[in-house]
Amino acid sequence: MFSNLRSIWIVFLHLFHKRVTVQYPEKKAYLPPRWRGRIVLTRDPDKEERCVGCYLCAAACPVDCISLQATEDENGRRYPEFFRINFSRCIFCGYCEEACPTNAIQLIPDFEMGEYNRQNLVYEKEDLLIDGQGKYHGYNFYKVAGIDAGVKGKGEGENEHTPVDVKKLMP
Amino acid sequence: MGEHVSYVLSVIAILLVLVSIAAGLIWLERRMLALWQDRFGPNRVGPFGTLQVVADMIKIFFKEDWIPRFADKKVFILAPTIIMITILMSFAIIPFSPEIGVVDFNIGLLFFLAMSSLGAYSVVLAGWASNNKYSLLGAMRGSAQMISYEVFMGLSLMGVVILSGTFSMRGIVLAQQTRWFFIPQFVGFVIFFIAGIAEAHRLPFDIPEAESELVAGYHSEYSGMKFGMFFVGEYLGITLISALITTLFFGGWLGFHFLPPIFWFLIKMFSFILVFILLRASLPRPRYDQLMSIGWKILLPISLLNILITGALVLYFH
Repeated sequence: MFSNLRSIWIVFLHLFHKRVTVQYPEKKAYLPPRWRGRIVLTRDPDKEERCVGCYLCAAACPVDCISLQATEDENGRRYPEFFRINFSRCIFCGYCEEACPTNAIQLIPDFEMGEYNRQNLVYEKEDLLIDGQGKYHGYNFYKVAGIDAGVKGKGEGENEHTPVDVKKLMP
Repeated sequence: MGEHVSYVLSVIAILLVLVSIAAGLIWLERRMLALWQDRFGPNRVGPFGTLQVVADMIKIFFKEDWIPRFADKKVFILAPTIIMITILMSFAIIPFSPEIGVVDFNIGLLFFLAMSSLGAYSVVLAGWASNNKYSLLGAMRGSAQMISYEVFMGLSLMGVVILSGTFSMRGIVLAQQTRWFFIPQFVGFVIFFIAGIAEAHRLPFDIPEAESELVAGYHSEYSGMKFGMFFVGEYLGITLISALITTLFFGGWLGFHFLPPIFWFLIKMFSFILVFILLRASLPRPRYDQLMSIGWKILLPISLLNILITGALVLYFH
């Protein structure tokens, strides 16, 4: 009997406690920079697409929400012909970001993607591509790659020496 | 002629005000429960979320009203109307202020007791007609609860009747001009409050509904506006019990002069409604056999003793 009255009193005192609810649209919670939200495709410092169409993200995706088709330009540089993410299936696990060898696909701290039409959750390459470099600045895959795809000549890349002429005797 | 018209108009006005208070309680309860649980509750639609009621009403009016094929159709339709009608009829005897009130029966209190007993049919018939095991269990619990609280609810009020010497609600209010009856009849007040919670099927005595055990108890199969009638009936029941406690134990419209009598009535009534909501926020639900044993073994003897002592004292002093 007494414990019942006591619990009624304690519950009543909760009227004056601090609310735990965050009034969302007016007050937003802090999201850490590594928070996994919307997926973007970044560009390298020369404003070219970083994605090389290797399909590793599509293979890593546990819900198969990424589909793409790789193609090459006249210099032999690979890029995706289309790149499509179905965000109605995406679980924001970030495996695609981990799988990506060129830091192209990245997850950013934005989650406000609500739509009235389900079809609008399918993002095409134009929707995914951003102008910036995302989390990894200054990285350009074709500058460190072993092939010449119109970005740099042989021996002109980063961390790369000019080729040695094996027929010369001089060091 | 004009007198009759104004009387009918005032009855309709009371009906409309009561139903809108009951609908407004949906918002009040959600809001207050939220505050007691460190949340905010519905605060988006309209100022402080008050238009939430309108949104809920629109939703419930346009919901599909489905009658299960296995249900007993006539009784299924009849059951929700019983609770609305009996509770609204009980409001006829409540004196809201010296001028406002539907009728002043000289057997007002007995009329309320009769109507509240009839209200139990709503639960039993709804559960039976639904032809569903959870509904039937809810109805069975409802009847078990009814036979345990109904007895001491009537007896707990007899102390008030002894002190005031009348069954008329207006007479009872006027008898409280020197002191409110919750002082001499504190035991009767507590017992009637407990019985009133059980009568309104509110937590901690929402045993026939018991969402966590019986889906929704006796109204599991109801949808649309029929469910809405049970829902509004429940809130009307809270309002009715609060109005009765105000009238019988807290001096009805009596109060200080700086506010008109109807305001005193409403202030007292709404404080008891808030107590009802607070009880819902804080207390767990007992088993129905626990309620029955408390009712029969503790509260019934106490209310009998209360009548005995009150009667003896009244006889001694007069």
